[in-house]
Parts: sequence; C-alpha cells; structure tokens
Amino acid sequence: MLATLLIVFREIIEAGLIVGIVLAASKGVPRRALWVAYGVGGGVLGACIVAAFAGELESLFEGSGQELFNASVLLLAVVMLTWHNVWMAGHGRQMAREMREVGAQVAAGERTLTALAIVVGVAVLREGSEVVLFLYGIASQPGTTTASLLIGGALGVVAGVAMSALMYYGLLAIPAHKLFRVTSGLITLLAAGMAAQAVLFLQQAGYLQVLMSTVWDTSWLLPQDTIVGRLLHTLIGYSDAPNGAQLVAYAATIVAIMLLMRWEHSRKPRGDRIPAAAPAE
Amino acid sequence: MKTIFAFVVAAAFLNAPALADEPIALKLKDHKFTPAEIHVKANQPNLIVMANEDATAEEFDSTSLKVEKVVAGNSSGNVRIRPLAPGRYPFMGEFHSATAQGVVIAE
Repeated sequence: MLATLLIVFREIIEAGLIVGIVLAASKGVPRRALWVAYGVGGGVLGACIVAAFAGELESLFEGSGQELFNASVLLLAVVMLTWHNVWMAGHGRQMAREMREVGAQVAAGERTLTALAIVVGVAVLREGSEVVLFLYGIASQPGTTTASLLIGGALGVVAGVAMSALMYYGLLAIPAHKLFRVTSGLITLLAAGMAAQAVLFLQQAGYLQVLMSTVWDTSWLLPQDTIVGRLLHTLIGYSDAPNGAQLVAYAATIVAIMLLMRWEHSRKPRGDRIPAAAPAE
Repeated sequence: MKTIFAFVVAAAFLNAPALADEPIALKLKDHKFTPAEIHVKANQPNLIVMANEDATAEEFDSTSLKVEKVVAGNSSGNVRIRPLAPGRYPFMGEFHSATAQGVVIAE
C-alpha cells in the first residue's frame, strides 16, 4: 500500500504544485476556481484517453509519438504561462491595487484564466495518464491485495491535493502587493523548466540532436530522484545533469518572458493604469 | 519564446544521426527485464527496443539516463539512449520497481 501511495504521490506532486501556483497567481479574479476545475476535469479526462490509447500514441511518428506528444503539451503550457505573465505585466499593478483598497474584483482577469486552465489541464494530463495506467494495471491483476493498493492510490491522490493546498496557502502568506511579483517569478521558472523538459523529450524522439553532452553533474549533491530533487525539478526545472540544449532552452525562455513582460509593461499608456485614487477609508 | 519556436522548427529539419549499431532488444515479462544488464558502447547514441510482454503497461524509468517512457501492455516502445560517458546507469520499471530492475553499462 505504501509503495502505491508513494508512486501516485510522486506523479501527482507536479500537478499539485502547479495548481497551487496557478490558484495563487489568479487570486482576486472572479470564477477562477471554476476555471481551475475545468482544467483539472479536462486533464483527468484527457489522462484517461491518453492512457487508453497509450499503445496507439506510441506507434505514431515511427515510435516517437509519446515523446512528441509530451513535448507538444509542455510547449503549449510554456506558451500559456508566458501569455499569463505578459498579460499580468500590463494589468497586475491595477489588480493588486484594487484588491488592497476596495477588494474589488477585476473582471478583465478572466481572459488569462483560459491560459491558466490549459496549464492546469496539461499538468494533470501528463501526470494523470501515468497514474491511470499504473492503477489500472493494479486493478486488473487478481489478488487479495488489490483493495489495499487502491486505498494506497487514493491516499496518494489526497497527499497530492494536500501539496497543492500547501503551495497555495504558503503563497497567500505573501503580502498582496508582492504576491504577483512572486507568482510571476515562479511562473517564469516553471515555464523555463518545462521548456528544458520539452527539449529532453524532443531529443528522446530523435530530434534536436544537438548540444547533447551533459554540461554539469550535481547528482552527487542532490540526486533528481529524491523528493527534494523532484520538487525542485517541478518548480524551477532542476536537473542533476542538464545537457547544452536544455540549458539554452531554459535561458532563452527566461530572457524571452522577461523581455515580453518589460515590453508589455512599457507599452501600456499611463492613463490605462489606475490613477493614485484617494483611499476609500 | 520566439527563440524556442525557432529551435523547434529548426529541429524538425534536423535528421537524427544514424545509430552506429543495431537496436538493442529488451524484454519485459512477469515484471522482469531480460537482459537485466545491457552493454552499450560509450559516447554514441543507442536505441533500446523494449518489448513489454506483460498485459499491463510499464514505464521504463531512469533518472541517470534521463528517460521516462511508458510502454503499453503487449506492445513495444523505443527508448533512445543519449551518448553516455563510461559508467553504470540503472533503470527500472516504475510501476513494478520491486522486480523490474536493470542497468545499462556504457564501456
């Protein structure tokens, strides 16, 4: 039971952390819970479909279908995270101000929720399909231990959800006017890590066979398969032995997002921002 | 972002370098790998074709090889191994890690 719990928990950590960050990043936006729920629901549904057709997916693109699929959904998430961050660079200040002063809701914030719902969906889809395959494998084996293994799986899900809550409430402890800055930073690193991961999948698929040698190896210090290694892998894209192409993708994503955010921030005409209105009290 | 796209587009036109050797066959049955020890030449890419003869799916998982690959039940999947420095690189079937263990030895 414990083994099952650990495997399911390990797979769900990633999705859980991402859901927590997304919830914190969209604080103050109306109906965000609904959108995140859409993301989770869509992700679970997608995970079941991917699991059911794992064999077919694999045989696409000369046996590289799975890797290309993973790379595509990761890159989709990178694009969505970028969009969110860039949008927030234009509107975040306004949102933070309104939240602090009148607690008003910013209706326009719903636009970027689509992007975040897709990010959540992608995260749940990727990790969820493995959980579905794993649990299905257990459930289809005859044996007296099946029930306890399934209980282990359920507890793993609960632990993953708890992780999500921990991330969310941890972030909420940050003062509102700093929250968006922190979540922007987190999302930038999240996107960079996903881009590096996508590069790895492309290489496994036989593409992008450049700069493949390992640049450094920190597995003696922090192996990636420990819990801390995994958490950092999810949050900031930590890899204990990255190759050149991964590092290029990681750095390029950070630079691109920062430049786009700066551009969006300066593009907004002054009048578009909320003027320094008199405090409500 | 644009850089990434340029990268991906460029990658689509790059051909994978030809493998120096024939694909290496790896079998999974009763949640055990045969051979459990795979010898490959160091510093060149290798291709392992994993035949999963169990009814359930398995994930070929190795942190040191940087590979995560799900292979559905009763089917086979390609596992590409990057050029390796000489050494031992353990791998496992994540869904049945108690029995599904193996190691790639690059030399």
